This record gives sequence, C-alpha cells and structure tokens, in this order.
Amino acid sequence: MAGTAVRGRLTWETATVTAVRPETSSVRTIELQVPQWAGHRAGQHLDIRLTADDGYVAERSYSIASAPGEGVALTVERLADGEVSPYLTEELRPGDEIELRGPIGGYFVWDGDDSATPLLLVAGGSGVVPFRSMLRHRGLIGSAVPVRLLLSARSLPDVIYRDELEHEPDGVEVICTLTRQQPPGWTGHSGRVDSALLSQVAWPADQKALAFVCGPTPFVETVAAALVGIGYPPDRVKTERYGGAGTS
Amino acid sequence: MINGFWNDIDAGVIDDTALDGNAMGGLLNEIFGTEMTTAVGICAFCGTARQLAEAIVYFRSPGAIMRCRTCTAVLLLVTRRAEMNCVDLSGLAALDVPN
Repeated sequence: MAGTAVRGRLTWETATVTAVRPETSSVRTIELQVPQWAGHRAGQHLDIRLTADDGYVAERSYSIASAPGEGVALTVERLADGEVSPYLTEELRPGDEIELRGPIGGYFVWDGDDSATPLLLVAGGSGVVPFRSMLRHRGLIGSAVPVRLLLSARSLPDVIYRDELEHEPDGVEVICTLTRQQPPGWTGHSGRVDSALLSQVAWPADQKALAFVCGPTPFVETVAAALVGIGYPPDRVKTERYGGAGTS
Repeated sequence: MINGFWNDIDAGVIDDTALDGNAMGGLLNEIFGTEMTTAVGICAFCGTARQLAEAIVYFRSPGAIMRCRTCTAVLLLVTRRAEMNCVDLSGLAALDVPN
C-alpha cells in the first residue's frame, strides 16, 4: 500500500561514527550516521553489537541522546569491567563503523503531545541520557510543558551535559544533588535521592505529573518506591533500569 | 522442567543486575517481528496484566529471562542456540500485541 509506513522486523545495520566528544572523564557522546534510520521517539534506545575476531559477540542497549529529527547520538559511560563500553568510549573514532539496530521501545518515551501534564525526570548518573533527548525534543517542538529534572551525580565534574543543562529554557528546572563530593560554596543538594528530597523537589502528587526515572537499578528501585510513597500512582512512574554498574 | 532449571541459576530473583522488559525490546522484536515492549502480558501465575516493558529482565547465560514484577514468576525465556532463538512463553497466560 503506497504511503503506508509498515515497520518491518528490526535488522542489524552498519552506522558510521561522525563525531566523538567527551562529556566527563568517563563519558563520551558518539554521533552516528545511520543510512536506514527510520526516526526515533524521545526516550527510545538502540542495541549495539560488537563481534570479536574470534566470533565472540557482545550486545548492549544504549539510550538515544538526541531528539527525534536530529542525527542519532549516544552517550556512553565507560564501565571498568565492561565488554562494550570501553571500546565505545576509548577506541571508537570518527569514520569507524559499528553495528546497531533500533530504535527500540515504546514505554519509556515522551512524545510531547500532552501539554497539560508536568514532567518529573529523575536521573542517576548516565540515566540522564534519555532525558536529554526529551528536553531537546521539548525545545524543538516548542512545548511549554513544565519540567523538573532531578539529577544525582557523584560530583560536579561527573554531571553529564553540564553546559547544556545550565542553559535550559523557561519552564525547565534542573535540580542537582551531589552524592560524594561537593565543591566549596555548593548551594545545591547533597546526598542520595530519597523521600525527603523528593518531597521537597518533585511536583506535588495532586499535580498529576508524569514521572520518568532512569539510572542504575538500585537507584531506580529507591526513587520509584519513594515517588509512590509520596502519592504518585505506580502507573505514572515510568522506569528504566541500567543494571548494577554505573555511577550515581 | 526448563523453569526449574532457570530458578536454580537466578535464585536471587531481584538483584542489582535486574533490568526492565524495555531492555529486551531488541530481542523481542527479532523474535516477534514488531515492537513488543508495550504488549500487555498476563502472568500465568498471579494473573497480573502489565506491559512487558515493566517486567524484570536478566541477561544471563544461556539467554534472557523475563519475570513478573508482581510475583517474580518466570514469564518468558529466550535461549539462543546456534543462531536460533528458543522461546518459552509458558509463563504467560495471554499476550496482546499492540496495534
């Protein structure tokens, strides 16, 4: 049927790295040219596949850092014992090719079509990556949805997209808590995200906000339970767990 | 007794390496040929209906395992052997694929 966009089965395809730039000492953003990219929604991820010379294959999922309509970008944190992330963050250079499939997922996404619902985005460490996609999407479509982004990072130099987040437009509040080290004169929050901090900074439950929580599994467990504890209905708390590794 | 076999090797059920059903989206698309993380599955053990994205997922040799977020029963198993996915859906009483 002409004009009908039927999405077929996902297939692995070859993308070319167009740029690599550091975000923090252990995090890189990788921009990719993907010839057959079907377009993505804010919050989706893709799978990367690396094949070693001996045929050993490792696959990992990474959130897409760019907004729908922009080129595909990933932001990857190097995990000390990782099989894939050290290659992506240390070896990959512009011009290199990499196998990927995507976009994937329809649950942890924000399309920006509901302007009445405030957004609460809670990120542990590199859990901020899908939120960059959502915030850029918000800007590109001219959405006025009020957003609060609560970021947990070990220290100020560990905050990913720091420059970009310092210049967020009207309607976006960025709140940061530093868990391990605070710079002299730090006026933000300290310590891990818990019920007390969420009671202070999250939209009150009666505002019927939509919450997205992303980060290491223990972080997401804690934050999601605390949000339900302060009155968020469980179906208004969307979660994406990155597993045990990573920093928050 | 494939479920018994898996119970032995992931006896911790929920630990720090647990992911969401979201993380299995690529693999499920490979198997079903469509986006499946928003498909609603009904747990054959406790009867809870949820989107697969909300389930608990582990990637552990020899494959991937999805468990019910409510009762932790095994919903779905995928074992890869020689380029072929062996899929056990017996933990799902029903699976509604999104439009």
